[in-house]
Amino acid sequence: MATFKDFRNDVKPNWCPGCGDFSVQAAIQRAAANVGLEPHQLAIISGIGCSGRISGYVHSYGFHGIHGRALPIAQGVKMANRDLTVIAAGGDGDGFAIGMGHTIHAIRRNIDITYIVMDNQIYGLTKGQTSPRSDVGFKTKSTPQGSVEPALSIMEMALSAGATFVAQSFSSDLKELTYLIEEGIKHKGFSLINVFSPCVTYNKVNTYDWFKENLTSLSKIEGYDPSDRMMAMQTLMKHKGLVTGLIYQNKEQKSYQELIHGYSETPLAHAELKLSKEKFDEFIVEFM
Amino acid sequence: MISQLSWKVGGQQGEGIESTGEIFSIALNRLGYYLYGYRHFSSRIKGGHTNNKIRVSTTQVRSIADDLDILVAFDQETIDFNFHELRDGGIVIADAKFNPTIPEGTNVTLYAVPFTEIASNLGTALMKNMVAVGASSAVLDLDIEVYQEVVQEIFGRKGQQVVEKNMEAIRAGAEFMKEQLGDNIQTMKLEKADGKKRMFMIGNDAIALGAIAGGARFMAAYPITPASEIMEYLIKKLPALGGAVIQTEDEIAACTMAIGANYAGVRALTASAGPGLSLMMEAIGLAGITETPIVIVDTQRGGPSTGLPTKQEQSDLMAMIYGTHGEIPKIVMAPSTVQEAFYDMVEAFNLAEEYQCPVIVLSDLQLSLGKQTVEPLEYDKIEIRRGKLVTGELPPLDNKEYFKRYEVTEDGISPRVLPGMPNGIHHVTGVEHAETGKPSELASNRKAQMDKRLRKLKNIQFNTPVHKNVKHEEADVLIVGFNSTRGAIEEAMERLELDGLKVNHAHVRLIHPFPTDEMLPLVQSAKKVVVVEQNATGQLANIIKMNVGHADKIYSVLKYDGNPFLPHEVYTKCKELL
Ligand SMILES: Cc1ncc(C[n+]2csc(CCOP(=O)(O)OP(=O)(O)O)c2C)c(N)n1
Ligand code: SF4
Ligand SMILES: [Mg+2]
Repeated sequence: MATFKDFRNDVKPNWCPGCGDFSVQAAIQRAAANVGLEPHQLAIISGIGCSGRISGYVHSYGFHGIHGRALPIAQGVKMANRDLTVIAAGGDGDGFAIGMGHTIHAIRRNIDITYIVMDNQIYGLTKGQTSPRSDVGFKTKSTPQGSVEPALSIMEMALSAGATFVAQSFSSDLKELTYLIEEGIKHKGFSLINVFSPCVTYNKVNTYDWFKENLTSLSKIEGYDPSDRMMAMQTLMKHKGLVTGLIYQNKEQKSYQELIHGYSETPLAHAELKLSKEKFDEFIVEFM
Repeated sequence: MISQLSWKVGGQQGEGIESTGEIFSIALNRLGYYLYGYRHFSSRIKGGHTNNKIRVSTTQVRSIADDLDILVAFDQETIDFNFHELRDGGIVIADAKFNPTIPEGTNVTLYAVPFTEIASNLGTALMKNMVAVGASSAVLDLDIEVYQEVVQEIFGRKGQQVVEKNMEAIRAGAEFMKEQLGDNIQTMKLEKADGKKRMFMIGNDAIALGAIAGGARFMAAYPITPASEIMEYLIKKLPALGGAVIQTEDEIAACTMAIGANYAGVRALTASAGPGLSLMMEAIGLAGITETPIVIVDTQRGGPSTGLPTKQEQSDLMAMIYGTHGEIPKIVMAPSTVQEAFYDMVEAFNLAEEYQCPVIVLSDLQLSLGKQTVEPLEYDKIEIRRGKLVTGELPPLDNKEYFKRYEVTEDGISPRVLPGMPNGIHHVTGVEHAETGKPSELASNRKAQMDKRLRKLKNIQFNTPVHKNVKHEEADVLIVGFNSTRGAIEEAMERLELDGLKVNHAHVRLIHPFPTDEMLPLVQSAKKVVVVEQNATGQLANIIKMNVGHADKIYSVLKYDGNPFLPHEVYTKCKELL
């Protein structure tokens, strides 16, 4: 059985010391080992950004694509090989700005993959511009007077788009984050895990200390029930989205793969490519 | 008796014009005639003039006809809009209901047939198109009973009574018409056809069927004219083969999803038209640098932007060859017939895997939507080749080494392993990378990897990159085209030859990498080269000049008004240049 060390490779991340993404990397490695995966059974598909580099920092199959498109690539991978465990990962700009269309539709489609967003409320790689997750008044290179656009309430948006698994975590809390990733992988359907992963270089507002002060753990809320969508929505609104833990899970809903008609039980990647003569003839006569 | 004729039915969109053409042509196909159809439509669903023109012949035809023998009209607009196409001695069969009139002083005969009234008397005015089918068949002197089978197939599930009613409507239309024609019945009597069974399909059917035959089991696409039929066919067929089609949120998702699927090992495609291809450009570059196979169909239509969305054009050529920033290996193919579209799709999937690069299969609206008679496709010609895909077991890698997915090789092609394989772990990234896939900005590595990728297509093996009809060692003119213009060029060529000119014809099937070796001798041995294409800037002509040279003798014949080239247009314009 593989341990988290087997998911380590020899590539030295080019993240800044202290970047929140290091913990996300560690949490993925631990969660993968904890759910019993071997490195070759995991494919990490990532977008572009500091965070997007993560697929190259885990010893597993990895595909580092283009900005905003980790999700469609990941869904394609899963459709081609349903035996693979597929994790999509990227930044808040990647998933909630340029890739927002894909995020909403991946949620709706509910293909069985896990999507981890490293949310630092800023564009790290391009050196500090505002992101759809930046708060009003947040000053960046692109918003010198402070942002006037409200931050996107991403967890609420996911719930209203019909998400079947919604979780949020803080990169300092390796234990909880690891647990949530494990649950996300086990969930039969699309799981969204938004991780507050501080950018120590460009975001001087939403710092580790800031999060420690402002986040509320759902485990502290008495009677919180993650199967209750209404409660999830109300709790999010009450806490302005600043909660951590498993926010909502619908265990009943079948995944896309289970719902579509005809979809092969064995991975398509292993399918026989040559059409049988009988099938060919059957298709041909329909045009005669 | 005649051996070929041209028939057109027209009316308001949503009025059953399509089904009239459909039933009439299926019956003719069953009788063994060769057909070639063209649909004129607009982007409205209901209302607006639409027509369906069908050429019928006892021998293969690959172009719409210059003129028209029979016009079936459901409204006056159809007559006004299409009358000029009718040849001397042609006929108009129109619904008596709208008191049809035709211009005076022409040698065209108008037959007013009460389509609607006959249909209403039999039960419902909806069957007026059946009456029109019957009337048309009487002119050609077809055996009406051929419709029994067709009508049964179409209406069978609605019950025997409906089938019978529709047959009655066809018979009634035929009876009425026969009386009207009287002695004229002989003038458009069609020679009997050979009765052989052949396929009758649009290019998009062949593209979709070719994808299945080529092993595609996954498609991701977003609807667009004139590509949607490809997705629709695969949605019908792939589930029975275990496969799936996802209608994505946009073409960027479609292309990247297909890339993900190919990366993970299933043969996957996407299909779109110009607007969608524009959105896919960044993803195509990703497939190029990550050396991921993918097949993309571009059914060209009038551009730019929304342009002429339901009209014929061939103006995506340059964008398909050069599109995406940076430089990647890419294959662009252009089938010119429905048969070729089928076999080319199979080949596209083989080439994509063999050369590990994007393959764009270019079609155009006329090829994609024009319905043609096709000699039965052959199972034995289907071949699956997967190139350097590694199957079986891999030797263990040294301590966390990565598999050299991008190993620099002599032919530039590296072994490809699929995610999920033990001992095959490697990285894939759109960032420049080393042999293991790990990012690298080293100058020497950059050069080695770029050279390796571009080397892959240096010796591309492609069956018939140019379709040649070369009868003369020295020609007065070489006519060059691609995609659906083949038939119009062939017919123009025949007429030019009758005028005593020596004409060779080359139809380019591999657009990129350009088959310079094949084209050069043809260009050299011709006094003039005329490139016939449906765009305003002579894109193919420019590509030939760039690759083959001889710019001083290369001329363009262009059409970009949205309609397909007619044989006489090619003939006249070539004539002017010679
Ligand atoms: C199509 C495109 N546009 C712009 C860019 C430049 N770009 C790279 S990453 C990025 C945003 C990064 O922010 P985020 O996704 O939040 O990731 P982070 O670096 O913060 O982890 C941008 C705009 C690009 N690579 N591709
Ligand atoms: S710039 Fe910010 S997000 Fe990027 S590596 Fe540095 S700390 Fe992390
Ligand atoms: Mg960010």
